[in-house]
Amino acid sequence: MAIKVKFFASLREQLPAADSQVDADGVATIEDVWQRATANALIPAHVLCSVNLEHRELHAPVSDGDEVAFFPPVTGG
Amino acid sequence: MGVQLHSEPFDPGVELARFEATLPVGSVGATASFTGTMRNHNEGDQVCAMTLEHYPGMTEKQLEEVVQDARQQWDIIDALIVHRVGDILPGQPIVLTAVCSAHRAAAFDACRFLMEALKSRATFWKKETLLNGETRWVEKNTPGH
Repeated sequence: MAIKVKFFASLREQLPAADSQVDADGVATIEDVWQRATANALIPAHVLCSVNLEHRELHAPVSDGDEVAFFPPVTGG
Repeated sequence: MGVQLHSEPFDPGVELARFEATLPVGSVGATASFTGTMRNHNEGDQVCAMTLEHYPGMTEKQLEEVVQDARQQWDIIDALIVHRVGDILPGQPIVLTAVCSAHRAAAFDACRFLMEALKSRATFWKKETLLNGETRWVEKNTPGH
Protein backbone atom coordinates (compact mmCIF):
# COMPACT_ATOMS: atom_id res chain seq x y z
CA MET A 1 0.00 0.00 0.00
CA ALA A 2 2.03 2.97 -1.19
CA ILE A 3 1.90 6.27 -3.01
CA LYS A 4 4.79 7.23 -5.28
CA VAL A 5 6.09 10.77 -4.70
CA LYS A 6 8.21 12.95 -6.98
CA PHE A 7 9.79 16.36 -6.47
CA PHE A 8 11.12 18.47 -9.33
CA ALA A 9 13.57 21.32 -9.91
CA SER A 10 14.26 23.61 -6.93
CA LEU A 11 11.93 21.60 -4.66
CA ARG A 12 13.97 18.44 -5.22
CA GLU A 13 17.12 20.30 -4.23
CA GLN A 14 15.50 21.91 -1.20
CA LEU A 15 14.17 18.59 0.09
CA PRO A 16 17.01 16.12 -0.49
CA ALA A 17 15.75 13.81 2.26
CA ALA A 18 12.17 13.70 1.01
CA ASP A 19 10.77 10.22 0.50
CA SER A 20 10.03 8.86 -2.95
CA GLN A 21 7.28 6.66 -1.61
CA VAL A 22 4.90 6.95 1.33
CA ASP A 23 2.57 4.54 3.07
CA ALA A 24 -0.97 5.12 1.84
CA ASP A 25 -2.55 4.26 5.19
CA GLY A 26 -4.10 7.36 6.72
CA VAL A 27 -3.24 9.52 3.70
CA ALA A 28 -6.33 11.17 2.21
CA THR A 29 -5.11 14.23 0.28
CA ILE A 30 -2.10 15.56 -1.60
CA GLU A 31 -1.30 17.72 1.42
CA ASP A 32 -1.15 14.57 3.57
CA VAL A 33 1.33 13.09 1.09
CA TRP A 34 3.50 16.20 1.37
CA GLN A 35 3.50 16.05 5.18
CA ARG A 36 4.44 12.39 5.25
CA ALA A 37 7.05 12.56 2.48
CA THR A 38 8.80 15.65 3.84
CA ALA A 39 8.44 15.02 7.60
CA ASN A 40 6.11 18.01 7.89
CA ALA A 41 8.26 20.53 6.03
CA LEU A 42 6.62 23.89 5.39
CA ILE A 43 4.74 23.91 2.08
CA PRO A 44 6.17 26.61 -0.23
CA ALA A 45 3.71 29.35 -1.19
CA HIS A 46 3.64 28.69 -4.92
CA VAL A 47 4.03 24.93 -4.98
CA LEU A 48 2.17 23.11 -7.76
CA CYS A 49 1.12 19.48 -7.60
CA SER A 50 -0.24 16.66 -9.69
CA VAL A 51 -1.79 13.24 -9.29
CA ASN A 52 -1.16 10.69 -12.02
CA LEU A 53 0.16 13.42 -14.37
CA GLU A 54 -2.86 15.73 -13.91
CA HIS A 55 -2.62 19.11 -12.15
CA ARG A 56 -4.50 19.05 -8.83
CA GLU A 57 -4.93 21.28 -5.77
CA LEU A 58 -3.38 20.39 -2.41
CA HIS A 59 -6.73 19.33 -0.97
CA ALA A 60 -7.41 16.85 -3.80
CA PRO A 61 -7.88 13.20 -2.78
CA VAL A 62 -5.27 10.51 -3.40
CA SER A 63 -5.46 6.72 -3.47
CA ASP A 64 -3.15 3.79 -3.04
CA GLY A 65 -0.99 3.36 -6.14
CA ASP A 66 -1.19 7.02 -7.21
CA GLU A 67 1.84 9.00 -8.37
CA VAL A 68 1.94 12.41 -6.70
CA ALA A 69 4.36 15.13 -7.79
CA PHE A 70 5.32 18.52 -6.36
CA PHE A 71 7.05 21.24 -8.36
CA PRO A 72 7.62 25.01 -8.60
CA PRO A 73 6.00 27.26 -11.25
CA VAL A 74 6.98 26.15 -14.75
CA THR A 75 9.53 28.04 -16.85
CA GLY A 76 9.76 26.28 -20.20
CA GLY A 77 9.70 27.62 -23.74
CA MET B 1 2.70 15.75 -36.47
CA GLY B 2 2.49 16.37 -32.73
CA VAL B 3 5.07 16.72 -30.04
CA GLN B 4 8.78 15.97 -29.78
CA LEU B 5 11.25 16.33 -26.91
CA HIS B 6 14.92 16.40 -27.92
CA SER B 7 17.81 15.79 -25.53
CA GLU B 8 20.30 16.91 -28.20
CA PRO B 9 20.42 20.18 -30.19
CA PHE B 10 17.96 20.36 -33.09
CA ASP B 11 17.83 22.41 -36.27
CA PRO B 12 14.49 24.27 -36.51
CA GLY B 13 14.79 24.47 -40.31
CA VAL B 14 15.21 20.71 -40.63
CA GLU B 15 12.33 20.00 -38.24
CA LEU B 16 10.08 22.47 -40.05
CA ALA B 17 10.90 20.91 -43.44
CA ARG B 18 10.15 17.42 -42.04
CA PHE B 19 6.85 18.70 -40.67
CA GLU B 20 5.82 20.30 -43.95
CA ALA B 21 6.80 17.17 -45.90
CA THR B 22 4.14 15.18 -44.01
CA LEU B 23 1.28 17.43 -45.10
CA PRO B 24 -1.02 16.81 -48.07
CA VAL B 25 0.42 18.59 -51.12
CA GLY B 26 -1.62 21.64 -52.07
CA SER B 27 -3.76 21.79 -48.95
CA VAL B 28 -1.61 24.26 -47.03
CA GLY B 29 -2.02 27.98 -47.66
CA ALA B 30 -0.11 29.23 -44.63
CA THR B 31 2.64 28.03 -42.32
CA ALA B 32 3.55 30.01 -39.20
CA SER B 33 6.44 29.04 -36.98
CA PHE B 34 8.19 30.36 -33.89
CA THR B 35 11.66 29.49 -32.63
CA GLY B 36 12.76 30.29 -29.10
CA THR B 37 16.54 30.45 -28.61
CA MET B 38 18.64 30.52 -25.47
CA ARG B 39 19.93 34.01 -24.59
CA ASN B 40 23.37 34.64 -23.08
CA HIS B 41 21.86 37.02 -20.52
CA ASN B 42 18.96 37.09 -18.06
CA GLU B 43 17.95 39.40 -15.20
CA GLY B 44 21.04 41.54 -15.86
CA ASP B 45 23.52 38.63 -15.60
CA GLN B 46 25.62 36.83 -18.20
CA VAL B 47 24.40 33.25 -18.62
CA CYS B 48 26.77 30.67 -20.09
CA ALA B 49 24.67 27.48 -19.92
CA MET B 50 21.26 26.17 -18.96
CA THR B 51 19.67 22.87 -18.01
CA LEU B 52 16.05 22.17 -18.86
CA GLU B 53 14.38 19.69 -16.54
CA HIS B 54 11.00 18.15 -17.33
CA TYR B 55 8.54 15.65 -15.90
CA PRO B 56 8.72 12.65 -18.26
CA GLY B 57 5.24 11.51 -19.17
CA MET B 58 3.43 14.57 -17.88
CA THR B 59 5.26 17.08 -20.07
CA GLU B 60 4.52 15.17 -23.28
CA LYS B 61 0.89 14.74 -22.22
CA GLN B 62 0.52 18.46 -21.57
CA LEU B 63 2.04 19.39 -24.92
CA GLU B 64 -0.33 16.99 -26.67
CA GLU B 65 -3.22 18.69 -24.85
CA VAL B 66 -1.98 22.11 -25.97
CA VAL B 67 -1.99 20.88 -29.59
CA GLN B 68 -5.50 19.45 -29.16
CA ASP B 69 -6.71 22.76 -27.68
CA ALA B 70 -5.33 24.59 -30.72
CA ARG B 71 -7.10 22.15 -33.03
CA GLN B 72 -10.39 22.85 -31.28
CA GLN B 73 -10.03 26.62 -31.46
CA TRP B 74 -8.72 27.07 -35.00
CA ASP B 75 -9.22 25.41 -38.35
CA ILE B 76 -5.70 24.07 -38.74
CA ILE B 77 -4.27 21.24 -40.82
CA ASP B 78 -1.50 20.21 -38.45
CA ALA B 79 0.69 21.50 -35.64
CA LEU B 80 4.15 20.76 -34.30
CA ILE B 81 5.90 21.39 -30.99
CA VAL B 82 9.61 20.55 -30.62
CA HIS B 83 11.20 21.29 -27.23
CA ARG B 84 14.72 20.75 -25.89
CA VAL B 85 15.47 19.10 -22.58
CA GLY B 86 18.83 18.66 -20.87
CA ASP B 87 21.90 20.86 -21.19
CA ILE B 88 21.67 23.86 -23.53
CA LEU B 89 24.12 26.55 -24.62
CA PRO B 90 23.43 30.16 -25.67
CA GLY B 91 22.35 30.39 -29.29
CA GLN B 92 20.82 26.92 -29.34
CA PRO B 93 17.10 26.57 -30.06
CA ILE B 94 14.94 25.75 -27.04
CA VAL B 95 11.56 25.42 -28.70
CA LEU B 96 9.91 25.35 -32.12
CA THR B 97 6.17 25.72 -32.64
CA ALA B 98 4.62 25.51 -36.09
CA VAL B 99 1.11 25.48 -37.50
CA CYS B 100 -0.12 24.81 -41.03
CA SER B 101 -3.56 25.91 -42.16
CA ALA B 102 -5.43 26.92 -45.28
CA HIS B 103 -5.32 30.61 -44.33
CA ARG B 104 -2.82 32.79 -42.46
CA ALA B 105 -5.02 34.00 -39.60
CA ALA B 106 -5.42 30.53 -38.10
CA ALA B 107 -1.74 29.75 -38.61
CA PHE B 108 -0.55 32.95 -36.92
CA ASP B 109 -3.02 32.79 -34.04
CA ALA B 110 -2.65 29.09 -33.31
CA CYS B 111 1.15 29.27 -33.45
CA ARG B 112 1.12 32.09 -30.90
CA PHE B 113 -1.31 30.10 -28.77
CA LEU B 114 0.91 26.99 -28.79
CA MET B 115 3.85 29.02 -27.56
CA GLU B 116 2.04 30.93 -24.81
CA ALA B 117 0.12 27.85 -23.66
CA LEU B 118 3.18 25.65 -23.38
CA LYS B 119 5.08 28.33 -21.46
CA SER B 120 2.32 28.61 -18.89
CA ARG B 121 1.23 24.97 -18.68
CA ALA B 122 3.97 22.49 -19.58
CA THR B 123 6.19 21.09 -16.82
CA PHE B 124 9.63 22.40 -17.77
CA TRP B 125 12.06 24.12 -15.40
CA LYS B 126 15.16 26.11 -16.39
CA LYS B 127 18.34 26.20 -14.32
CA GLU B 128 20.92 28.75 -15.41
CA THR B 129 24.67 28.66 -14.98
CA LEU B 130 26.10 32.17 -14.72
CA LEU B 131 29.49 33.31 -15.95
CA ASN B 132 30.90 33.16 -12.39
CA GLY B 133 29.89 29.50 -12.06
CA GLU B 134 26.83 30.08 -9.85
CA THR B 135 23.66 28.22 -10.71
CA ARG B 136 20.09 29.39 -10.15
CA TRP B 137 16.58 28.25 -11.03
CA VAL B 138 14.58 30.59 -13.24
CA GLU B 139 11.58 31.54 -11.11
CA LYS B 140 9.20 32.91 -13.71
CA ASN B 141 8.77 33.40 -17.43
CA THR B 142 8.85 36.77 -19.11
CA PRO B 143 5.41 37.99 -20.27
CA GLY B 144 4.60 37.18 -23.89
CA HIS B 145 2.22 40.05 -24.60
